Amino acid sequence: MIDEDIVERAAFDVMAKAAIDIPDDYLTGIKGMIDLEKGDLSAFVLQSMVQNWEAATEDRRPMCADTGLPRYYVKVGNEAVMAGGFVALERALRRATARATHEVPLRPNRVHPLWRTDHGNNLGLNAPEVEWSFEPDADWIDVTTVHKGGLFGSDYRMLFPGDGIDGIKRFFLDTLIAFGKRGLACQPAIVGVGLGGSKDISMVLGKQAACLRTVGDRNPDARVAELELELKELGNSIGMGAMGFIGSSMVVDCHIECGYTHTGGMPMSVHTFCLSSRRATARIHADGSIAYRTDPMWFTPYMRREGVEWNAPQAANKAAAPARVSSGSA
Amino acid sequence: MVVFLDGTIYTGREGVYQKVVGEGAPLPADLSSISNVNFHCSPAASQNPDGSYRVGAVTATASFRFAKWMERWFEISGAKVIIGKGGMSEKDYKELFVPQGAVYLTTVGYGTGALLGRGIKRVEDVHWLDELGIAQAMWVLEVENFGPLLVDGDARGNSLFERQQTQVNANLERLYDGLKKPALHRYGETDDRRDELI
Repeated sequence: MIDEDIVERAAFDVMAKAAIDIPDDYLTGIKGMIDLEKGDLSAFVLQSMVQNWEAATEDRRPMCADTGLPRYYVKVGNEAVMAGGFVALERALRRATARATHEVPLRPNRVHPLWRTDHGNNLGLNAPEVEWSFEPDADWIDVTTVHKGGLFGSDYRMLFPGDGIDGIKRFFLDTLIAFGKRGLACQPAIVGVGLGGSKDISMVLGKQAACLRTVGDRNPDARVAELELELKELGNSIGMGAMGFIGSSMVVDCHIECGYTHTGGMPMSVHTFCLSSRRATARIHADGSIAYRTDPMWFTPYMRREGVEWNAPQAANKAAAPARVSSGSA
Repeated sequence: MVVFLDGTIYTGREGVYQKVVGEGAPLPADLSSISNVNFHCSPAASQNPDGSYRVGAVTATASFRFAKWMERWFEISGAKVIIGKGGMSEKDYKELFVPQGAVYLTTVGYGTGALLGRGIKRVEDVHWLDELGIAQAMWVLEVENFGPLLVDGDARGNSLFERQQTQVNANLERLYDGLKKPALHRYGETDDRRDELI
């Protein structure tokens, strides 16, 4: 049985960790880009960012004042038992958001779209967003948060099967060039591409691909993985680096997620997870203990299943699960 | 070219501009004698139990959206330095900034929120907090070694971003070589609303 106050503590802690500590995979990725960057100004920007992350960790202060629209991704083990049920879980998430806004502090960005009403705690209509997923053969609950600036760097387009890979590449370039100028996308970014699904799911998949997969992770479909690397290369060949200055540092990694879509269409979305790629995950075990990590492990084989029945592959069965948890990476 | 500031600066973005330029509200007394540096920013700030304020991180918001208020804002506020994200157009610098003797400094990154937060020594004052909220209020900040910042719009109205972009732009067309256009176009690709997009 998992108690509400444990969930609140975990949900609060991931808000603070995400705001302050840059994930290692992203840091390593950016350091690798500095070595390759020939543009002086772009390289200066990246070096300043590394200093900024060090300052954030040393001072325990947020790395970026735009702590975005705080939100949660929750993955619930099929055998997990939540005291008070899921209404209690959602209440714990809302309480943690309000407390983190005041205590971390996070910027109270959330306002009503028309009346600009501000509760000062990042709560409101449909806020924070909570996205749910499930995992078989598990009794834990994973709570992930992501802080991402909210104004620039994402776009959606309905393409058609006949537009092919050319259409995908054009829209990928269009989005990066449009938002890369003056660095509005806060690149180099983890670029997430959503392909397929219904229109709304195309946006959701692209956002999750950008925010919930780590630098270096590849799609299990070998041809999609190849396209990820090709798009990364394409983005870095634009000639634009950090802040839109001359350079090559645009895409630190590219992640594509696919969803089965309408036979006549190929909807596509592009999202850029910025120079402050902030994410943190807490795994709350059935005994109430909490383990923190920076890899959300969101896209599990179960998430990407295709048929009616779920047959666990060898690597994801019960026997292998504890090793995966303790190593903290998939 | 890399700038660090000591002294007093204040934040102001659409909330403040709308209030002062849009609705004609008077500026806080003596603003121009306290500071002529306007930062396009919302701090991640919170109030301590003793009523003082704590600022964790500060980063800029994109400035281009505020160009429409700048001419009147310079006249009313006497601001000489605008700090923000991403600059404005060279046209804006030449037409709006240069006549007022103003320059534009861009934050780096974006954003170096923790480094800039370190540079804030004290919250001297805050105006319109209740009406505008933390993100839109005018925060008057004492700063030291506040940076890094880069000069985008200089005294003659040159833009670093635009000069860099000119070189980046020279390269863009070849990226699309051999990639066929999608079947369905969008407005934006044509701005003539009489056009069909198929």
